[in-house]
Amino acid sequence: MSVAVDVKTLVIDGQNVSARAGQTILEVARENKIDIPTLCHLDGLGDVGACRLCLVEIKGTNKLLPACVATVEEGMEVETATDRLKKHRKTILELLFAERNHICSVCVANGHCELQALGQQQGLTHVRLPYRNPELTVDASHERFTLDHNRCILCTRCVRVCAEIEGAHVWDVMGRGINSSVITDLNDPWGSSSCTRCGKCVQVCPTGALFDKSKVGSDHPKYPDFLPWLNLMREAQ
Amino acid sequence: MPAFTPPPLPSDDKRWKIVNGTMRKNGFARYALIETLHTVQSAFGYLDDDSIRFVARSLRVPLSQAYGVVTFYHYFSLKPPGKHTMTICTGTACYIKGTDKLVAAAEKRLAIPQGQTTADGKISLMTARCVGACGRAPVVLTDGELVGQMTGEQMLEQLERWAVE
Amino acid sequence: MNIEELEQIAESVRAENAKFDYEINVCMGTGCLSQHSDKLKDELVKEAEKQGKNAFIRRTGCMGLCAAGPLVLVDPEEILYQHVKASDAAAVAASLGAEPVAALQCDLREHFDQQVHVVLENSGHIDPERIDDYIAHDGYQALVKALTEMEPNDVIKQITESGLRGRGGGGYPTGLKWGTVAKAGGDLKYVICNGDEGDPGAFMDRSVLESDPQRVLEGMAIAAYAVGASKGYVYVRAEYPLAVARLTNCLRDARRRGLLGNNICNTPFNFDVEIRLGAGAFVCGEETALIASIEGKRGTPKPRPPYPAVSGLWGKPTLINNVETFANIAPIIRKGGKWFASVGTEKSKGTKVFAITGKITNTGLVEVPMGMTLRQIIEGIGGGVPDGHKFKAVQTGGPSGGCIPDEHLDLQVSYESLIQAGSMMGSGGMIVMDDTSCMVNVARFFVEFCMTESCGKCIPCRAGTAQMFTLLSRICAGTGTMDDLDLLVDLCGTIKETSLCGLGMTAPNPVLSTLRYFKNEYIDHIVHKRCPAGVCNIEAPVEVLA
Repeated sequence: MSVAVDVKTLVIDGQNVSARAGQTILEVARENKIDIPTLCHLDGLGDVGACRLCLVEIKGTNKLLPACVATVEEGMEVETATDRLKKHRKTILELLFAERNHICSVCVANGHCELQALGQQQGLTHVRLPYRNPELTVDASHERFTLDHNRCILCTRCVRVCAEIEGAHVWDVMGRGINSSVITDLNDPWGSSSCTRCGKCVQVCPTGALFDKSKVGSDHPKYPDFLPWLNLMREAQ
Repeated sequence: MPAFTPPPLPSDDKRWKIVNGTMRKNGFARYALIETLHTVQSAFGYLDDDSIRFVARSLRVPLSQAYGVVTFYHYFSLKPPGKHTMTICTGTACYIKGTDKLVAAAEKRLAIPQGQTTADGKISLMTARCVGACGRAPVVLTDGELVGQMTGEQMLEQLERWAVE
Repeated sequence: MNIEELEQIAESVRAENAKFDYEINVCMGTGCLSQHSDKLKDELVKEAEKQGKNAFIRRTGCMGLCAAGPLVLVDPEEILYQHVKASDAAAVAASLGAEPVAALQCDLREHFDQQVHVVLENSGHIDPERIDDYIAHDGYQALVKALTEMEPNDVIKQITESGLRGRGGGGYPTGLKWGTVAKAGGDLKYVICNGDEGDPGAFMDRSVLESDPQRVLEGMAIAAYAVGASKGYVYVRAEYPLAVARLTNCLRDARRRGLLGNNICNTPFNFDVEIRLGAGAFVCGEETALIASIEGKRGTPKPRPPYPAVSGLWGKPTLINNVETFANIAPIIRKGGKWFASVGTEKSKGTKVFAITGKITNTGLVEVPMGMTLRQIIEGIGGGVPDGHKFKAVQTGGPSGGCIPDEHLDLQVSYESLIQAGSMMGSGGMIVMDDTSCMVNVARFFVEFCMTESCGKCIPCRAGTAQMFTLLSRICAGTGTMDDLDLLVDLCGTIKETSLCGLGMTAPNPVLSTLRYFKNEYIDHIVHKRCPAGVCNIEAPVEVLA
């Protein structure tokens, strides 16, 4: 029995590539070693298209599409690193750095932070926008982990991993706009919430917003690679 | 899997039965969250942790999700309203007609910023993003009643009447 | 229900009305009610009885001229009275069959004669809480015609032929949208009426829902038949209690008359509608956010595609149209798509309802054919800027739109022309500004609106609107620099192109359009440290150490 696979061919950055129907532009690009920057995306989690760093240009339309959710189409011509995109990516990173208090040198995630790495990769040398310097709290009520709102970029990876993978949905976002923040339960202290203490949220957090107390003052790498594997194991069951 | 039993009513306050009624009407489905919160707010005047917890548990909505919804929509209030509420419309038509001066005058008179209630619990000062009565701008709602072409003096008089009640 | 039965109802209403020598219509829209037109109506009933006048006093919806309320229209003479107080009831009753009350008479022929009423044809003429009144004004004939004489495809063809475009702001061709939902697979589909009129300074939808709710419902039912949906939702702002109450009534009456429910008009068509209340979030006017809200969630938008037409409410194909769009459907089906297409411009057909407010004499609601110039609307129908002030700009399109200056007042109103002028049609708010308005301050006002209404999901909108607000606040305070202005423009570009939904994409428009036409005002604030309109509070320049 042959399984008919709907194959699409398209062009990404001048390179002819083929893909299965339903694949996202990001998946196909990465399969072909074409790097598109991402921040809210994480392999193994549902995508929300919120950070806008993976926006790409599609020939024939002026609208930029998020590569993490836009699916491939036959004959599509995708550009992933035009000057226009690079400029927007830099401004978006600036917006992130200026939004809260991201001071790499004193951050627990220094050297292991995805925001920091993206800043370096995109050649962000300085921030032109005024720093907002909001006064935000640190929740250290949990016996193992700490939440530092000052470092949070609201990517909602913690919310998604807790809801989709752990199945507890302890995290969510409260408020709206610039006053949004991540919360546990009814904005209760993390330590007295219904947290299952699995620690997945800490591993997927791209910055120093969620960290392991035992790692303070030392190197704090994170290991989010377990997610696709977990999903695979569950599918096999 | 054991059948789901909804939590008991928080108290024998009859208003909880109205709240339960809204949820029952919607088959205790998750999507009834906002409908039910509307019912709680109209019955109790505001939403507190206990009521959100009760509704969330009854509808099997994660607590954080329920709290996220409550704080997303400006119509929902987490604090009890004052005995009287002055709501000043700050929509565009009202802004052009100088509603910002009304807000400033009320804030000064009550010595509270908008969105808050005086310490004696008598008057809440709120702003609204357009109540759709732009033809009568600037408008305010005094205890929910729409008053058009409001002047500073008129508004202060009203606040004065409430304050001495 | 069939055409004959509809005719019978209409006939009995007309016979009932014919028993009276006079009809006194009292506006009981939100604007006039706030001036106690309900008490006025009670007084009129009493006075007519006392004076032995054979008059029928009718509660009606909005007559349009909100600033002159409470309004009273006396038929058959068609005499319009303005600013009528309850104490005037005796005089109005006495004038029946005699001379009109000169002191109350509103003579604004120009205001009304230039208008073309399609959406508002019944507003101010029928009792919005009596379904039979609507039926007596050709109500539900279109639905019965569609169900009994037309195939769903014929309905879509008529809508396509009419050239009707979405009245919520985007201007997407309605026929095309319906066609997409009709083609989508699956037997469960939804029709949603977007009544989340969040544009500050716009109240067309509120007025239509308060004045003629059955018309919206009929439009939804026809749409449901055309696309194959059986369930509908009206999403309406909780801030519109009167509209909600009248809609609730209207649903009950339509069910009683068999115009909602199962086997409507003895056909296999089933359709029912529920009301869902908004809870104060402008972003819920965006389709995907509105759907999330109906599902009981935070109203955050999702990337499109997939479009709601394919995957909408609970993942099912969903048709979302605005209140005014649905209000246009019944007349199109009754009179044909060609009739509708004969009004308007080449690409923008039909009429548009505008809420004209701000520094304008005849504040209120008007309906004009597309292609009318802004000057005709503002100076003619609107009566121009009052108190000897000078017109400066008109803001259209709400927080997503822009300000159009004097030199473009001869612009013919259409979806395209407004976009070319740096604004947009939006839902139909028109806010007139005179020389006492500071355009930088206006831009800051709209940016503040977008900042507080941003859902916070995507970064460009969440942090970008806050940064725009900071920069504009600096300029308004007289502490801004020319570098700040460059940065602002740069930021606008990124927010416009990278935001997830329409709210963010259009948030820079008020800034860009005021910069385009009123850059000198920005320069005045930055370089000369003064606000030409005298609105901004600029303190004496302070020497700042670099």
